[in-house]
Amino acid sequence: MTDAAAGAHRPDGARSVGPDRAVPRRALRLSVPALVAARLAGAVFVLWAVATITFFAVRLIPGDPAEAILGGPGSQTSPEALAAVRAQYGLDQPVLVQYLAQLGRLATGDFGRSYALRQDVAPLLVGQLGGTLLLATLALVVAWFFALLLATWSTRGDRLARRIGSGLEIVAAALPHFWLATALIVLFSVWLGWLPPISTSGPAGLVLPVLTLAIPLAGFLGQIMRESLLTALESPFVLSARARGEGERGVRWIHALRHASLPAISLSGWAFGSLISGAVVVETIFARPGLGRTMLNAVTVRDVPVVIGVVMIVAAGYILMTVATDLAQWIADPRLRRR
Amino acid sequence: MSQGTHPVGHRSAAPGPLVSMLRVRDLTVGFGQPGENPVVSGLSFDIAPGECLALVGESGSGKSVTARSLIGLAGDTAWLEATELAINGNDVLGLTEGEWRRRRGRDVGLVLQDALVSLDPLRPIGREIADSLRLHTTLDRAARRERVQDVLKRVGLPDGRTRVRQRSGELSGGQRQRALIAAAIALDPPLLLVDEPTTALDVTVQAQILELLESLKARGTAILLISHDLAVVGRIADRIAVMSAGRIVEQGRTARLLAAPRQEQTRRMIAAIPVDKPRGTRLTAPPAEASPVVPVVALAAMPAPGEVVLETIGLVKNFRQPDGTVMSAVDGISFQLARGTTLGLVGESGSGKTTTARLLLALSRPDAGEVRVLGRPFSAASERERRRLRPELGAIYQDALSSFDPRLTVGAVLRDAVRGARRQARPWFAGDGPERPDLQVGRTASGDRARVLELLDQVSLPSALLSRRPLSLSGGQRQRVGIARALASDPQILVCDEPVSALDVTVQAQVLDLLDELQRERGLSLLVISHDLGVIQHVSDRVAVMLAGRIVETGPTEQVFGAPVHPYTRSLLAAVPRLA
Amino acid sequence: MSELEIQAGLGRLERARTPRRQIGVAEALALAFALFLVVAAFVPSFVAPGDPLAIDPLSAFQAPNPGHWFGTDESGRDIFTRVSHGTGGSLAIGTLATALGLGLGILLGTMAGMLGRVVDFTVNRFLEVMFAFPGLLLALLVILVFGPGAQTATVAVGLATAPGYARIIRAQLISVRSSAFVEAATVLGRGPWQILWRHILPNTLAPLFVLGTLGIGQAIVWASALSYLGLGAAPPAAEWGAMLSAGRTYITSAWWMAFFPGLFIVLTAITATSLGRAIERRLRHA
Repeated sequence: MTDAAAGAHRPDGARSVGPDRAVPRRALRLSVPALVAARLAGAVFVLWAVATITFFAVRLIPGDPAEAILGGPGSQTSPEALAAVRAQYGLDQPVLVQYLAQLGRLATGDFGRSYALRQDVAPLLVGQLGGTLLLATLALVVAWFFALLLATWSTRGDRLARRIGSGLEIVAAALPHFWLATALIVLFSVWLGWLPPISTSGPAGLVLPVLTLAIPLAGFLGQIMRESLLTALESPFVLSARARGEGERGVRWIHALRHASLPAISLSGWAFGSLISGAVVVETIFARPGLGRTMLNAVTVRDVPVVIGVVMIVAAGYILMTVATDLAQWIADPRLRRR
Repeated sequence: MSQGTHPVGHRSAAPGPLVSMLRVRDLTVGFGQPGENPVVSGLSFDIAPGECLALVGESGSGKSVTARSLIGLAGDTAWLEATELAINGNDVLGLTEGEWRRRRGRDVGLVLQDALVSLDPLRPIGREIADSLRLHTTLDRAARRERVQDVLKRVGLPDGRTRVRQRSGELSGGQRQRALIAAAIALDPPLLLVDEPTTALDVTVQAQILELLESLKARGTAILLISHDLAVVGRIADRIAVMSAGRIVEQGRTARLLAAPRQEQTRRMIAAIPVDKPRGTRLTAPPAEASPVVPVVALAAMPAPGEVVLETIGLVKNFRQPDGTVMSAVDGISFQLARGTTLGLVGESGSGKTTTARLLLALSRPDAGEVRVLGRPFSAASERERRRLRPELGAIYQDALSSFDPRLTVGAVLRDAVRGARRQARPWFAGDGPERPDLQVGRTASGDRARVLELLDQVSLPSALLSRRPLSLSGGQRQRVGIARALASDPQILVCDEPVSALDVTVQAQVLDLLDELQRERGLSLLVISHDLGVIQHVSDRVAVMLAGRIVETGPTEQVFGAPVHPYTRSLLAAVPRLA
Repeated sequence: MSELEIQAGLGRLERARTPRRQIGVAEALALAFALFLVVAAFVPSFVAPGDPLAIDPLSAFQAPNPGHWFGTDESGRDIFTRVSHGTGGSLAIGTLATALGLGLGILLGTMAGMLGRVVDFTVNRFLEVMFAFPGLLLALLVILVFGPGAQTATVAVGLATAPGYARIIRAQLISVRSSAFVEAATVLGRGPWQILWRHILPNTLAPLFVLGTLGIGQAIVWASALSYLGLGAAPPAAEWGAMLSAGRTYITSAWWMAFFPGLFIVLTAITATSLGRAIERRLRHA
């Protein structure tokens, strides 16, 4: 408790993003093994909770699950067939038994069989995972590139550039994926004929889907980077650096950009969610195989095992992403490394 | 940045040496359209090698802009005119940004205040210090590393091998300031601009930094020192230039200027220094009286010390540290405050002063010990019971701004306080608390506004401020509003936690005088907590010196300051900047 | 974490830099468009007198022209009329979803911020779990359970945004509660209820206006996305997402069918962002 820190609470301190912020509260204070253990326990807890919520949420679906398995209500199914399915899927067991059995299956990586596609869910999703990962990773990289480019360009000093940058970012961030995709298809496929309107296997087919995902994300990241870049450029440590003879480029590359990227890094978990949501839309529009499109189709036909599978994979991905975010922050912000 | 020559003829040069490291004639700097709104005008001064010129003025007088102009960093929107501007004999008027860049760090260095934010928190200090070597020399990595070690040794940071890998957040305030100076002098620039280098530092650390600057001066570096505090610069400055409203109003050798100031502003600044001014001396002279020090014989008018109104008995507060160990921020503190007197609690940062203040105000709960107010249990009572005693205990904070609800205007803040005081004064509310009929008489909702105006008047603020928000007020005005709010319930005790630390010396003087007046008029009992020994010496009847959560020495002010017993007190007193 | 949180944080940064009071060009445009939307939502015939469902096969697939500003669709219905009449539906979905999300967020955030450590810990763990259903995923799960449709889509978007709101409100409450001015009120002898009423609630609630404004834009985008995917409002309803979805079939021949409904969604989102920031600036400088 230092005297200087007293009374320094500000009502607007809910989110401090600037480079002058104090050491983030979630400073890592435990030893590394303890930290890893705590992280693992947290991850297991979240996965368990996600599995539990989905299990009970799915039970709220009206109708008989056995009928759904056999082709939905309305399909002519004999009572014997229904009974057989109930026995096969354990639907005649008490809820608690079903729940524990489900947890057990999920824990061993057994996601069950798809109602609609008549195949095992786990291999099905593993096959779809690669496409979505490639799409999301490329989009993230491109978004960071655009955001950095826009942020550095628009902070060159003149007010017009700043306004244009700010305007572009707000518009980009407001673009819905489904409309942007449509606009890009009209522009590049229909009018210019440069790129295929649906995603082919080659790299050309990836351009439009990646742009669709990257542009709105770049808008968000760019806003944050520009603001924190400006804050950093006006900070006393940059003035000190200039007073030592550092030039504009040095000030930016050595000091400001690093500060500007910190808040954007901390948003990676959110960016992951945004990319997954986007993937649902983009994969559908560009007819690309992937988790998002699989999820959408499964929701449309109420293919419960597939939905649960996707939810579990996305939750695991989110957890991995938060760990990666922490690691990236740990690397980029030495203040977190202090014991 | 545009430049040009001012048509004004060569003024009689300031008394300066023949050889100058920095030569400034008729420097005028402003922002916006060239020629409009100058914030600094017609400055002329010289600094010789090995000489220190102090530029002293209140905040907003244009000191910092001057320093930044001299290194070509006044900003994109700034314009600058001068008849002459030369560093080390080289004309720097009209340098391009690229030419400036080659000079910065090599011919002239800049040290900013508050090293915590002036060093990049993400970079090791070794890199920051090596910057100017990397930019201006052809030294290789190993040679640069050697030089960094040398510089670190020179600024008094030994064991440089581990230091270079640390970042500003890992250093103490003094170490940080040393590192910042090291980064500025890595290439030994013959001219160093130093902007408030000791503000926010403890006195002992402040003395060390001043010593360091002194040693640089001895090596032949010319120093331009910027400060708002004459007492601080008096130590090392050879000459002082007093700035006011963008102009130098008086310039002269330090001894002469401090002993025989010729200008009103200078006199005011000297009078404002609280060190060695006995209790009851006014720090702000009414304009009519021009004498720098106005001793008031009103000391006799002070009410005789009465019974104990505020008392702590063996207060202890522990905090769990990040690594799991327990640290005692306050470790068994006992003192008594007698009615109508002032007790000064002095200590450096980390000594537990602020924790003590929070315990006194019952904002946190002591782990052991007790606070008693007017002889009744305070910290041991429930908050409900405590609320009956709260009106007797006013509080003034260092950061007045954050103690006001940001949505409320000054008027609303005071109205809330007055209304609350009226409600608390109801007989049924007072319960077994002290009877305060004076607060109930004539107090109605319609009387609230009159009371608010009365409070404003007591702290000498115009009623025009009522509709303003504290954010738009100056630091001194904010602190006055804070005092008015504390007075609303007509308290018997005021707890002042660093009441003037955030203020310029002249504004500090006004606030201290105000507190003194209020104490006389109302017989208030004051507990003043500060890191500033000058302030404590000036305001206190008794003093308690804190070190690491304990009181190491206590006694009447003259005794503690005149014949200190504890070695820590002695070292503190030795570090206090004095005019003499 | 939600888009809103980012934008709320941004506004805070921006405020520190530009203390503007006057209405800028962008703000004026946003205000004008917002006014247009409100009029179109309540009295659509004032903006576009025609019947949004009136079929006129003879004038099908007309490109934008003076008679039909936004062109016509495959049945010859005027797109401008349909977009204008769809405003009410889209705004209603956005507003209701935001109200639901914000309401739940206030409930959870207040519980976490006010009811002590145990509740705070529990709510926080719960929110952490909800964040593992990122973005549209939670909305899709809700639709899986309750089936597609406009109502479900509204509820789904509301539920999906609630965790983000809850986290912001909790952080705001905690920072206000531990602020120096609340402590100063305690020292002045104010009781807990007085402090709650006079200081904590107003300082916590004021930013909610900003969140709400920003949120409506976002909610409209999300709800439209669901409609577009065939899980929300269904054609021939004149809802923007549904219209856009219907127009996609003719994207190569009649781009305007998809373009204009989408343009309204984008403009609404931009308007909400600009207005939200403007409100925030004014709240801070009022």
